[in-house]
Amino acid sequence: MTALPVGSLVTGTWWMTHRRLSALLRNPAVLVMTLAQPMIWLFLFGELFKRVVEIPGFGARSYLDYIVPGVVIMNAVSLNSFAGMATMDEIERGTLNRFLVTPVRRSAIANAGVVEQALGTAFQSLVIILLGWAAGAHYPGGPAGPAVLVAASVLIGVFLAALSNTLALLVRDRNTIIGLNVMLLLPLTFLSSAFMAKDLMPSWIRHVAAGNPVSWALDAARAALDDDPGWGTVASHGGWLLLLTAATVGLAIYSFRSYQKSQ
Amino acid sequence: MAHAIEAAGLTKKYPGDVRALDGLSITVGQGEILGLLGPNGAGKSTTVKILTTLIRPDAGTAAVAGHDVLRRPDRVRRVIGVVSQKSGADPEASGRDNLVLQGRLYGMGGAQVRRRAAELLARFGLEDAAARKVKTYSGGMQRRLDVALGLVHRPEVLFLDEPTTGLDPEARASMWAEIARLAGDDALAILLTTHYLDEADRLARRVAIVDRGRVVAEGTPDGLKGELRGDAVHVQWQEAPPEAPVREALDRLPGVREVVLDGTRLSTRADDGAAAVPAVLAALDQAGVPAAAATVARPSLDDVYLRYAGRRFAQADGADAAGPAEPATAGGAR
Repeated sequence: MTALPVGSLVTGTWWMTHRRLSALLRNPAVLVMTLAQPMIWLFLFGELFKRVVEIPGFGARSYLDYIVPGVVIMNAVSLNSFAGMATMDEIERGTLNRFLVTPVRRSAIANAGVVEQALGTAFQSLVIILLGWAAGAHYPGGPAGPAVLVAASVLIGVFLAALSNTLALLVRDRNTIIGLNVMLLLPLTFLSSAFMAKDLMPSWIRHVAAGNPVSWALDAARAALDDDPGWGTVASHGGWLLLLTAATVGLAIYSFRSYQKSQ
Repeated sequence: MAHAIEAAGLTKKYPGDVRALDGLSITVGQGEILGLLGPNGAGKSTTVKILTTLIRPDAGTAAVAGHDVLRRPDRVRRVIGVVSQKSGADPEASGRDNLVLQGRLYGMGGAQVRRRAAELLARFGLEDAAARKVKTYSGGMQRRLDVALGLVHRPEVLFLDEPTTGLDPEARASMWAEIARLAGDDALAILLTTHYLDEADRLARRVAIVDRGRVVAEGTPDGLKGELRGDAVHVQWQEAPPEAPVREALDRLPGVREVVLDGTRLSTRADDGAAAVPAVLAALDQAGVPAAAATVARPSLDDVYLRYAGRRFAQADGADAAGPAEPATAGGAR
């Protein structure tokens, strides 16, 4: 890093983030409107599958308790996997190139996206948790449980947003981003413990789910939400998720280079 | 002092063996404005992308304001202003917010950047629209904002990549006036790319004609046109005439040369076009191939392009041939 403030990572990140958040504040309705879908999942699935908790071995007091983390994480997945579309807009409009010819660092541009996605995801996760609570969900482990759930949703969200951005920078095609999302969203969600207890899954799904980062996020969150929090599980699953997310953000920063090579 | 821009032997290939640049070399002096003129796909934008650190060439060297583009892109970025073909302004943010952010990215302080933004908004006639979202701006206003964005940090070298493409005639005229004012600033060197012949003719003191990734001719617009002796005389028939009597008739006329017959259209050069037309028409009449119309044009950059690239500009430009580049006005407007 240079001694001058020009081109420093901190000031660059600050101003690029400032830009992103100003845009979010100019149009906050987007964050609220995109909450409609998780609301439907929460109350529709909550009602529809109410009685699955009666299956011996499900291990949750109420299905609503069980699916609040599922909906929070699924929402984080679907909200962020389209981040690449915004990046496409910026590429097509010439905005990205406008920044790339200034002294601002590539990592500052990527960081700003991470901060925006993290704050947006955290906000929506909190709203879902509060609405779940209002509808009668319990978080017996105390405030640490919801806090870990929010953190897990942020990590899985940033992971998918970084992946989506990488795709946008490398492939630069909207249809590919949409197609891949449609293809991945349901398997990512349903081959995880989002809506069904792991012990009741067919064994092949259980094995796939074990390697699904969405499950890592859910396992960490559910362990923390338990009335007897399993901090070991939180640490191990959360740790892997953190590593994966950091690596993917790194990949997104690196893909700027490839973008510049091929434009 | 180093040159503002010095590029030598730039080569760039894209996948599929598309050769965008094929050994392009240009030099722009301090405070000079160079027009890079060529049809779409000639390599102008690739050149700008290399010089503004967006892409790396496969071969060749380039320095901007004395900084090596390949080794010290960070230094280059601090001293260049770039107005690219695509606006890049944030459509949801106001004009002022766009300018302030841009200044911030160059490390300008709060009071300094606000003062500079106000100054530029006034200069580009955007004061009244300063607080409005950019997406409500007209095409001309957006383009003026783009230029303002490129100037926020007082660059030493400004890149204007097709600054008037897509503008209506009025907006183009006002943009030309603005660029002419910029060119009057001794501290600023400008590389202007354009595929409008009249634009290069009017704004650039020096023009480099680019074709298929290399510079095929370079000089002042008048110098380049001066190399083509005389005026262009164009003759038109309703139906394509037989070639032999046409050639025989014109070969006998003194001061008429470089006869090119292409279907129903003939182009030739004459020392004094206005005087040559009656003689040409009379000679064709006598030879039994009377023409339908004849026009005279002072030599234009289009003629220069034809001479060096071996084809008409509009042909090379393909789909974009409908641009407002009128060879006749290019020469006559000065």
